[in-house]
Amino acid sequence: MLTLTCPYCGLQADETELHGGGEAHLTRFGPDSSDDEFEAYLFLRQNPRGVHAERWRHVYGCGKWFHALRDTTTLQVFGTYPAQTLTPPADLLKAAGVEPAA
Amino acid sequence: MPDLLETPETTVTDLPPGGMILLRGSLADAAFAEVLTGCGISVPGTRQIVPCTVGQVGWMSPDELLVFCEATASADLALRLDAALSGQHALVLRVDDMRARFRIAGPGARVALAKLCPVDMARIAPAELRRTRLAQIPAAFWTENGADFDLVCFRSVAGYARNVLTRAARHTQGIVLP
Ligand SMILES: [Zn+2]
Repeated sequence: MLTLTCPYCGLQADETELHGGGEAHLTRFGPDSSDDEFEAYLFLRQNPRGVHAERWRHVYGCGKWFHALRDTTTLQVFGTYPAQTLTPPADLLKAAGVEPAA
Repeated sequence: MPDLLETPETTVTDLPPGGMILLRGSLADAAFAEVLTGCGISVPGTRQIVPCTVGQVGWMSPDELLVFCEATASADLALRLDAALSGQHALVLRVDDMRARFRIAGPGARVALAKLCPVDMARIAPAELRRTRLAQIPAAFWTENGADFDLVCFRSVAGYARNVLTRAARHTQGIVLP
């Protein structure tokens, strides 16, 4: 059972109270981008076996989107953080044993 | 012959929903809170439901409150709030007819809700407004006396809520919450 703490409610929300939103921190490519960039934005995902930053929505609770950093293999959750964040926080990456991108 | 497991003392009843007003705006914004206070509405803390001059007000999200008031008072109050909040980035919406309201009362109320919601029911204290999943639908509940619960859900699924709550309240004896 996956339990994530909603950064807005402070609740430890059960997975069934949440809605998954896929990979986080994508760069949106719009009308002026190349076909390759647009295709990658729409369809190509990392889908890693290991540490993954994801979007989740507290759909049965406060209704807000937020981010979670977790391991897709062990299901360990390193932490959650607000949607208004462009990259995973350094302390969570450290907990996950990942070097922050420069 | 009576069913020994039946616990008829836990009841589910329909309540008149009363007046409800949905308020959206940044709860962290002092100007927004000031206008609300002027209209008799306090700003509750995260996940709280508190009494106020007009009735009760509950925290729904960082930018949403739900005001519970008398059904006869909601039209006036909504107009007053709307006028007072003009010029601010805020929304006032009268939603009296949007939700149905139930009372789950009796010794098995917590157990009945625990069967239907992914909530640590043993830890729900008075003044907490818990929005969650009730079986397959969204709902919110709170308790004033620590024993009986009031629950609101969308009116379109009121029949479903009544059915699952009644069924869950039927057999609660002997179930101990962790
Ligand atoms: Zn939440």
